Amino acid sequence: MDERILKLKSEFEAKLSKTKDLIDLDGIRVGFLGKKGSITALLKGMKDLGVEQKKAFGADVNKLKEFAAAEIDKKTAELKKKQTELEIKSMPKFDISTPANCSCGSYHPITLVQRQCETIFKSMGFTVEDYSEVVTDYECFESLNIPKHHPARDMQDTYYLENGQLLKTQTSAAQNAILRKYGPALIENGTPIRAIFPGRCFRNEATDACHENTFFQMEGMMVDKDISISNLIYFMKTMLSEVFRKDIKVRLRPGFFPFVEPGFELDISCLICGGTGCPSCKHSGWLELCPCGMIHPNVLREGGIDPDKYTGFAFGLGLTRLAMMKYGIKDIRDLNSGSLKSLSQFTDDE
Amino acid sequence: MFLSMNWIEDFVDLSGLDKLDLIHRFSLSTAEVENDIFFKGSDISGIVVAEIKSVEEHPKSKKLHLLKVDTGSGELTDVVCGAPNVRVGMKTAFAQLGAKIGEITITPRDLAGYTSFGMCCSESEIGISDDHSGIMDITDDVPLGTDIKKIYDVDDIIFEVDNKSLTNRPDLWGHYGIAREFAALAGRELKALETDDLSVYADLPQVDMKIEDTLCKRYSTIKVENISRSVSPVNIRIRLFYCGMRAINYLADLTNYLMLEMGQPMHAFDARKVEKIRIKRFDAPFTFRTLDGVDRNVDENTLMICNDNTPVAIAGIMGGLDSEIVDDTTTLTLESANFDAASVRKSTVRLTHRTDASMRYEKSLDPEMTVPAIGRFLYLLKKYDGGVKVVSSLTDEYPVKFPPVTLNFDQNFVDRYTGINIDSDTILKTLTSLGFKAEYADGKYTVDVPSWRITKDVTMNADIIEEITRIYGYDNFEVNTTRSPLYPVRMTEVKNNEEKIKDMLVKKYSLHELHSYVWAYNDELKELGIAIEDNVKLANATNPNIETLRKSIIPNQLCQVKSNVSYAPEFGIFEIGRVVNGLDENNMCVEHKKLAITLFSKTTSMRDLYFRLRDILASLALDIKHSELTFAAKEAEHDYEHPVNLNTVLLDGKELGVIGIVHPTIGKNIDKKANIVFAEIDVDTFASEKDKGIVYSEPSKYPSIEYDLSLDIPEGALYGDLKECWTNEGKDILKGASIVDTYDTDEVHRITVRFVFSSDERTLSSAEVQEIIDKITANLSTKNVTIKQQ
Repeated sequence: MDERILKLKSEFEAKLSKTKDLIDLDGIRVGFLGKKGSITALLKGMKDLGVEQKKAFGADVNKLKEFAAAEIDKKTAELKKKQTELEIKSMPKFDISTPANCSCGSYHPITLVQRQCETIFKSMGFTVEDYSEVVTDYECFESLNIPKHHPARDMQDTYYLENGQLLKTQTSAAQNAILRKYGPALIENGTPIRAIFPGRCFRNEATDACHENTFFQMEGMMVDKDISISNLIYFMKTMLSEVFRKDIKVRLRPGFFPFVEPGFELDISCLICGGTGCPSCKHSGWLELCPCGMIHPNVLREGGIDPDKYTGFAFGLGLTRLAMMKYGIKDIRDLNSGSLKSLSQFTDDE
Repeated sequence: MFLSMNWIEDFVDLSGLDKLDLIHRFSLSTAEVENDIFFKGSDISGIVVAEIKSVEEHPKSKKLHLLKVDTGSGELTDVVCGAPNVRVGMKTAFAQLGAKIGEITITPRDLAGYTSFGMCCSESEIGISDDHSGIMDITDDVPLGTDIKKIYDVDDIIFEVDNKSLTNRPDLWGHYGIAREFAALAGRELKALETDDLSVYADLPQVDMKIEDTLCKRYSTIKVENISRSVSPVNIRIRLFYCGMRAINYLADLTNYLMLEMGQPMHAFDARKVEKIRIKRFDAPFTFRTLDGVDRNVDENTLMICNDNTPVAIAGIMGGLDSEIVDDTTTLTLESANFDAASVRKSTVRLTHRTDASMRYEKSLDPEMTVPAIGRFLYLLKKYDGGVKVVSSLTDEYPVKFPPVTLNFDQNFVDRYTGINIDSDTILKTLTSLGFKAEYADGKYTVDVPSWRITKDVTMNADIIEEITRIYGYDNFEVNTTRSPLYPVRMTEVKNNEEKIKDMLVKKYSLHELHSYVWAYNDELKELGIAIEDNVKLANATNPNIETLRKSIIPNQLCQVKSNVSYAPEFGIFEIGRVVNGLDENNMCVEHKKLAITLFSKTTSMRDLYFRLRDILASLALDIKHSELTFAAKEAEHDYEHPVNLNTVLLDGKELGVIGIVHPTIGKNIDKKANIVFAEIDVDTFASEKDKGIVYSEPSKYPSIEYDLSLDIPEGALYGDLKECWTNEGKDILKGASIVDTYDTDEVHRITVRFVFSSDERTLSSAEVQEIIDKITANLSTKNVTIKQQ
């Protein structure tokens, strides 16, 4: 073998053995195997040789070329492996136990319980209605069978406005409008009225941990040909069991509300003790939760619906009270406090 | 209202029944009973009647006496007693050794050197009155040694009914009406009231009485002489006390007793002061002293009982001091009347004085009750004071009667309402037990409503359902779902949009939803230096801090920001709520639903914060409406708005609301170092805009060409205005323009805009792109924009 080839081979091997990184290695590749590389240069010096010599020399150079290429590949793989190992080793260990930074927004707790209730009622075919906060005396009282000077008006300390309108004291103020909105479809097509209408209500009273002048209710109503007390109990029980995500016992007691007849106070089995009696339910086993009843014939009539043909039930659920029960909020004023320390905790609760 | 089980049992035999269970059923079927039930007398035992045989002064004590008492055993007992009213021959309540009073068991006890073998008790110690001035003075003729529980109704079960739950039941404001409910619940018979026969006085002269005002629905009166008794029998006093009233004197007690028994308020006038009863109103206001000694201003709308022209009582509320029963009263004129419920209620509101009587009249009492109440009063009066003499005939004016109510309905009506089957026998039995006259034939019911139910709560067929079902028991109802058809439920656009907005703001932008009140906060806004703008006001707010309805949520939100400055260096809050913007032409409030957002930051620059808010609004529009917002500069209208960077927010050219920076004065009052920006948009307007929906365009298969231009734009020029330099020059191949870089100094405002060209049909040539770029640069130069070559 030509001495020049042997010399170049040993030179290549020496350089390769000293190589520590891929950049060096690429330099070697270019230096030996590149277009202007030293192995390529050997071939160029072949023109002075004879035919036989040329053949043998060429074969030897090609062998060297193949050898060098293989060695470089081997070295590349080796260096790459080393580099990966180094990269792995150099990765610092992170402390995953440090507090997570979620930067969550928050819903008002009323929004959360309202959505839960809406979802349940939507699944049972109820539409969700919205209504204004300022209403007329007719909407809030007259249309609900509460004529002027009716003592029931005393039960609700009303905020009157200087123009004679008022801030609605109860979500029932929307009953008349909803009966009128959906009444025609009931009468013409037999489409039952099934609606809930959550909303903000106002009472002119002093506030303390248990009383607020601004609170949320959710009214519900169903009217069709043969709606009965039995149906009312079914819907209340089903809905409340869904809201509290457990089987709730309900009981009705007579309750007086001018817009229903008969009217009821609905109690549920105590959520804390389940009915055996505890301080939360004053040892009675029951919690008074919501007024309800069969819609008064005068209310139906005032809404354009013939009470001899149709019956219906209505209920008023205190969303504020529900939120307080559900989340253990002890002071009702927290809800309107605007305090982020309190209210930013309600991230989501689907 | 407190109720006595003994009293109820005067009228219905409940023997052998569990009283507590009955009370519980009453609570579920009639009216709410409070949780605490009192077992009166249960903590008392071993107290007997004893006579004081001798009284000696205690040598070492001025207060104490040494007594010898006889308990009927023949042996005298030594007792040391501190009561001032001890006297020889007095009969009293004596707690023997071993007797129990509450937690105490009576044992021999040394009192200043003498041993007492028992204790003489005051009425207060026994728990039958609040009199603890001395020991009980028993005047009844009873054998010594008798347990006082055997002679007096010390043992009783007292329960309280929530007055609110009796609002619509005028018949339940006395024990007799309550007893009727218990009779119905227990299936026992209600006894008739024992009354005096008034017909025997028919020949006596009438009382001079005349109703001169329609507010008086009925007035019944009778005159009685020769009254000798002044202190009520013990049992009457015990019942009054247990039911929350104080004994006053025999006549006053008896009127109160009647009220608690029948629900009929009565008033006893000293007949010397009331000879010519006139019921009327006066033309002008005046001052009237009621029997509690208070001078009250009575106006011309208040119905008065008068002795001719001198007022002697406020009708249905309270008697006058001058005509009340006094110690030497021996003749009385009894009032048993019925007044207009609304009028009594309004009078109590004007007088701010509510009494046990007015509370009942407000409920629309049964006017049929006035005469039986007189009969009952006389029966009791004579029972305890045998010498009394009725000196007038019953004098009764009854100008307007409630028309009788008869209800006709069929079994199907009941079935439809209840959703269950309650048979006709049960229905008839229930209604009869409640005093209705009910008949059933051929599937049809005919029901006469008793007078005590027609004044208010049973006037139509729906009312009868409650009577049937409440006694049947709601716990016994079979529970069924409805048979109504189902239809898909569609949410309104407002509701849909509202929920999406909330989700985006909370989930994407980490904002916090808060609620603020619908009115302006006077004090808090004053502190921030925000003036409350003129708007509709509350007419009767009791809280001085609230008065005017809010026109915008923003001022309230700024108050909330102020109270949260220490919560975090940076936060954003939002509210979807209602505001009122004055009155419309019909004098009705103009109400709008608004979304308000306020961002607060001590760490983000004003510019970045402002753009963050702009981007929030823009993404709401893009996400929910698939539309782009535009903005138009706006003059400040409110004192909290910074005049610079205030913009109207527009969607499809329709005004949605406003975005801006908080005025520096207000901002500094909130926090000296923070940046605060706000936006408010109208949710209804937003919802009314149509969602353009997703318009899919297939990406081009040909390469696109990007071309960057750096533009030095003149002071005050808006990107929005520059856009028209290229929007019309695109020839379908300009697919987009976006800002890729900005460079701002005092002198230079430079933006680099990247134009993207592509075609769906071919590879674009650089020449055709250049042609458009040239047109754009030409257009830009007319707006004094200098192009910096890349």
